[in-house]
Amino acid sequence: MKFGVVIFPGSNCDHDCYYVIESVIHKPVEFVWHQDTSLKGFDAIVLPGGFAYGDYLRTGALAKFSPVMTAIRDFARKGGLVIGICNGFQILTESGLLPGALLRNVGMKYVCKFLHLRTETVNTPFTNGLSKGQLLQIPIGHGEGNYFADTETLKRIEDNDQVVFRYAAPDGQITGDANPNGSLHNIAGIVNEQRNVLGMMPHPDRSSESILGSVDGKLIFESMVNALVGAQKA
Amino acid sequence: MKATVIVTLKPTVLDPQGMTIHRNLESLGLASITDVRQGKHFDIGLKDDVPAESAREQVERLAREVLTNPVIEQYRIVWE
Repeated sequence: MKFGVVIFPGSNCDHDCYYVIESVIHKPVEFVWHQDTSLKGFDAIVLPGGFAYGDYLRTGALAKFSPVMTAIRDFARKGGLVIGICNGFQILTESGLLPGALLRNVGMKYVCKFLHLRTETVNTPFTNGLSKGQLLQIPIGHGEGNYFADTETLKRIEDNDQVVFRYAAPDGQITGDANPNGSLHNIAGIVNEQRNVLGMMPHPDRSSESILGSVDGKLIFESMVNALVGAQKA
Repeated sequence: MKATVIVTLKPTVLDPQGMTIHRNLESLGLASITDVRQGKHFDIGLKDDVPAESAREQVERLAREVLTNPVIEQYRIVWE
């Protein structure tokens, strides 16, 4: 089992992700350069947070033309696990690997804080170790995390159980006050139809050790390991 | 040959930046302005000897595939 963490020019959470995989969940991990064209030997790919290509044009808009994205599209089509965190989520929507788009936060501010996420589905390789409705404390840090999709797309992802996490109040209720950025339906994370590509604005990489205030993020990485172990046995 | 590509958010997409600009117009007394939508403007230069058809195709493709995210944005091209 091997994880890959992609580095784009401007990624800044690449080392956080690498560290969690290597030193917290103790699995093999290597960096993948944005110019790389092969993902041979990798079982899961992480697109980390940051500001790929300085967020020029639009967040994620230029990263999608990197050579590595062609390899990631192919990898995802063949069922490989891909998780995009924060800027990684923005890159996945720009690339068309996930539906919708991430707009400027409604409040115009960059928001950096711990908040609560409600787990909406456990039927994904990223949440198989969680229970439905489980609340996670995971921080966000973004200026453009306002999830948008047209009415038809929104209905489709809701009907297909593709919404994985929603911003929630501490009691688990989905409220306007709990929504930090204006995302439709309080959406914080979604999967694709094949359920092997996850994008989420909150940072599990910043909440995988108790010294950081929460270990809930680790559950997502551990779910991925469960899924990969299960796949090896099958 | 030159082209200008103007990219704006679709009318159905909320524009927090435009709304913020609009809110602040009140203090200037510009009471007749009812709406502000922010967009992007790109000046595109082309080789002089490129056939018009090919120029149109290339700028169209740039606008559609790079400068615009079709989920949230629309574009128009102005030639000069």
